[in-house]
Amino acid sequence: MSLRVVDNSHTETPHKRNPGFPLDLDWVERVRMNRSALERRAGSIGARRTVKKEYQLAWLLKAITLIDLTTLNADDTDGRVERLCAKARHPLRSDILEKLDIGDLSILPGAVCVYHRFVKTAVNALEGTGIPVAAVSTAFPHGLAPLETKLKEIEMSVADGAREIDIVIERGMVLRGDWQALYDQVRAFRKACGDAHMKTILGTGELATQTNIAKASLVCMMAGADFIKTSTGKEKVNADLVTSLTMIRMIRWFHEETAIQIGYKPAGGIATAGDALKYMALLKEELGTHWLQPHLFRFGASSLLTDIERQLEHGLTGHYAADYRQPMV
Amino acid sequence: MNKIAQIFQTLDYGPAPEGPEQAIAWLDSHDRKFGHFIHGEWTKPGKTFSSDNPANGQSLAQISDGTPSDVDAAVKAARAAFPLWSALSGYERGKYLYAIARAVQKHARLFAVLETLDNGKPIRESRDIDIPLVARHFYHHAGWAQHLSREFPDAVPYGVCGQIIPWNFPLLMLAWKIAPALAAGNTVVLKPAEFTSLTALLFAEICDRIGLPKGVVNIVTGEGDTGQAIVNHQDIDKIAFTGSTEVGKLIRAATAGTGKGLSLELGGKSPYIVFEDADIDSAIEGLVDAIWFNQGQVCCAGSRLLVQESIEERFIKKLKLRMNTLRLGDPMDKSIDIGAMVAPVQVARINDLMQRGVAEGALIYEPDGMALPGTGCFLRPALVTNVSPANTLVAEEIFGPVLVAMSFRTPEEAVALANNTKYGLAATIWSENINLALDIAPKIKAGVVWINGTNNFDAAVGFGGYKESGFGREGGREGMGAYLKPAWEKALKAAPVGKPVPARAANPLDASHVDQTAKMYIGGKQTRPDSAYTRPVLDPSGKLIGEVGEGNRKDIRNAVEAARASLGWSTTAAHTRAQILYFLAENLDYRRDEFAARIKAQTGEDGAEEVALSVERLFAFAGWADKYDGAVHNPPLRAVAAAMIEPLGVMGIVAPTSLPLLGSIALIAPALAMGNTVVLVPSSQSPLSLTDLYQVIETSDVPSGVINIVTGDSVTLAKTLTEHDGVDGLWFAGSAEASTMVEKASISNLKQTWTTRGLSYDLTDRRFEGDYFLGKSTQVKNVWIPYGA
Repeated sequence: MSLRVVDNSHTETPHKRNPGFPLDLDWVERVRMNRSALERRAGSIGARRTVKKEYQLAWLLKAITLIDLTTLNADDTDGRVERLCAKARHPLRSDILEKLDIGDLSILPGAVCVYHRFVKTAVNALEGTGIPVAAVSTAFPHGLAPLETKLKEIEMSVADGAREIDIVIERGMVLRGDWQALYDQVRAFRKACGDAHMKTILGTGELATQTNIAKASLVCMMAGADFIKTSTGKEKVNADLVTSLTMIRMIRWFHEETAIQIGYKPAGGIATAGDALKYMALLKEELGTHWLQPHLFRFGASSLLTDIERQLEHGLTGHYAADYRQPMV
Repeated sequence: MNKIAQIFQTLDYGPAPEGPEQAIAWLDSHDRKFGHFIHGEWTKPGKTFSSDNPANGQSLAQISDGTPSDVDAAVKAARAAFPLWSALSGYERGKYLYAIARAVQKHARLFAVLETLDNGKPIRESRDIDIPLVARHFYHHAGWAQHLSREFPDAVPYGVCGQIIPWNFPLLMLAWKIAPALAAGNTVVLKPAEFTSLTALLFAEICDRIGLPKGVVNIVTGEGDTGQAIVNHQDIDKIAFTGSTEVGKLIRAATAGTGKGLSLELGGKSPYIVFEDADIDSAIEGLVDAIWFNQGQVCCAGSRLLVQESIEERFIKKLKLRMNTLRLGDPMDKSIDIGAMVAPVQVARINDLMQRGVAEGALIYEPDGMALPGTGCFLRPALVTNVSPANTLVAEEIFGPVLVAMSFRTPEEAVALANNTKYGLAATIWSENINLALDIAPKIKAGVVWINGTNNFDAAVGFGGYKESGFGREGGREGMGAYLKPAWEKALKAAPVGKPVPARAANPLDASHVDQTAKMYIGGKQTRPDSAYTRPVLDPSGKLIGEVGEGNRKDIRNAVEAARASLGWSTTAAHTRAQILYFLAENLDYRRDEFAARIKAQTGEDGAEEVALSVERLFAFAGWADKYDGAVHNPPLRAVAAAMIEPLGVMGIVAPTSLPLLGSIALIAPALAMGNTVVLVPSSQSPLSLTDLYQVIETSDVPSGVINIVTGDSVTLAKTLTEHDGVDGLWFAGSAEASTMVEKASISNLKQTWTTRGLSYDLTDRRFEGDYFLGKSTQVKNVWIPYGA
């Protein structure tokens, strides 16, 4: 299959951004996903691959750099966001960092992810760190505001300094199989993002089947998504390994056909270091080690960091650690 | 940069070794030297050989090489234990099986580690697959033990079972053998494979600890000679063997005529079919579970990839990429996919086969830069392309991490290629189209078919092969039934020996006293015998009452051709088969007086009763045609496992000399009802009842070729039929000597046989109206159908 690049207007970054491609409905129709087989693969990854001792510590440090440290609650305030950003600046207790003896290796999260209302707050709080601010957008979490409103929201977040925009799709378009509408809308979102990278939240817990998830992933990638992301964290079903396998296989296929690397972000419910390692192993196996970099893989999480800190402390001291002894996220 | 910082960049997995300490401690507790486990005691180690860790070549323990007298002692212990064990209630036996299951679970890690040390399989597999399936098997059969009398009324255990198992799943194969045997009330003498005896010995200790009565389970270690001593032992009632087809055939020949029960689970070259509408990535991942599970040392490994031409290029490209991420190395490492082969001899054998394949034109792909450990029995995973069915690597079972790939154009061609093998153990089908998948599954001659998955196993779902992959099932109802037999079989008496019949008149000219000579009935036509000779049919006083053709090899050949060409009978609706059998019965009944008179002419007995019984028997099996059907099992997986009852195919049936009409009808009716086509050799003494039947057959809508009748000398014709590779099952009623001949001759294609061995089976008995012959004319195919939107 040869796809023509339709949009080369944006500036080149070291990582070649997804320029977007025409909607290819034949390709969408050729998608096949067998749930039982996906479950078998996803279910055995944790037993097939494991990392121990200093390998585990190194992987967990890497995991920290892949976290979009997130707060997305209706009761968020500037104070809450500032505390989150403070944690982002110092994700690890200094005594743990010293014991790790990793020299000048910088361990900072991939981004801080907030609502539009707090973008400025976060940008200010993170000044000088290089940590990007990500804004959830387009009427997160439901995505059902008027298109104009949604586009405006993206533009305002970008104007406020957000370098990453996490948009949500309208799940109904997927359930109706209206791929053209989905494509057009995501394409418009992408245009509104400009230089900001766009993560496309599918709301997988509301898409009913792995086949729907796969097709929606593909359409969003054709429309120019830089990342595809599982969930808002507000659905009843969060990210899991099976859905992740579906999505990263679509990323792999897209890469095979277009040579464009799309990022992956599972979000919602990933709370333990052990979970994070399983996701990382799945990515490494299915997409390759180089996908385990912040520009291609993120965890959307908040409590995950604390558990990683505990595991690191345990790995270094041999004692089990308590969460209240890690600076709060 | 410190190590953590380095790994932060490379994100390597690093080592993750499982500790061997507990297993080593257990070996040390036995001073690393084992005797046999007989009558609940350890014998003093005799002449021993070393059991090595194939991953590093180091000796783990010394194992005793069992002698015939060791085997004899074990059989005596098992025999002595049998009366009490079989007399226990099913509930009591079930409690022991349950206790074994619990103990295996309790010591699961120890078993897994010991298995991996001894066999070389990755610890992930022994820990997550082998040992949990072992526990599951004992749990499942604990239940069977309790429900046996209700589910298998009038069935009794064989007695002492001799069981010989392979090295690829040492403890799992032990469980598949011992659990149903014990549930049924048998006692056991089991020989593990010489490379992998250790978990069987640990299991013996478990039996001791849970208080299993002494002698119920006896473990004798050793090599091929020890196995031979078990096979040949006079006081063993049933042999169960899992291993190579080559050895399976030797065992079939050795047990011929002994009356020993026999189940064989042998080799395979199982097709793995991927249609263009499959989830391709999942099908490729499935191949990892198919051919690189246990280093490909799996009898049902999906070792022949058949991929639709339209996706072949992409599929092979993606498969090679997947092979590159397989991890090969120390099987005790938790992140290893491919461990060690069981022994150096296997590595050498496979390398040799590969060289032959390459010389015949095969191209081999192995992952770039996959390093092999410096010591130990390791082989890289390999993909073989540029091959056709003629290549050695496609035809032979490799039993290693070697996948051969071919393409097909249409579903029909996929089926033809899939069945183009002497084996028939398993098959895998990938397609997202349920119509296509369920169309293909019944067409593949294999005992297990996995749709959109592979290598699923469960105690509730039978496992076993078609064709040269063996017979008998393990798991499920059918596996349980393989350790039981009808109580009445034990009471059979010797059949009276009939008068020898002169094959031909002493002077050929004397034979022309009758005007009409009955012909053969082949392919729906009455045909002259190839030999152009006739044989006389005499009445009890020796008077010539008719002549029939003297069938020979070529008549059998023609009849088998006709029967094979008519195998569409097996897919004819059961209701239609029933109607035809009813019609046959009805038409026979119209002419009952004539048939009765013919019986009287041949035997001197009043034939009315025999004709009436024959009609009744046809009715009975017409009634069964649409009722003797399969089951849906509940494995612990979101899947339907459909146990489908399928006919054997072409059946050779050699009828007894007595009961000129019923003797044939009683045997062909169940075979036909189940969808087999038949080559029948009627009573050699009184064949006229069957030659009279041609017209009845012709007027009853029986499709041509479904029933073929060759008259002549039953032993001579039985031999040709049995040796014919196009015959899938053979029933022979006759002398012990001829039965032995039939069982021996059956090894050419390992066809299933039933012989009377000179015993008196009273076919007028209504016990033969049911599942006794239905079971013997069918085999079970288990189709796994996982689902999920």
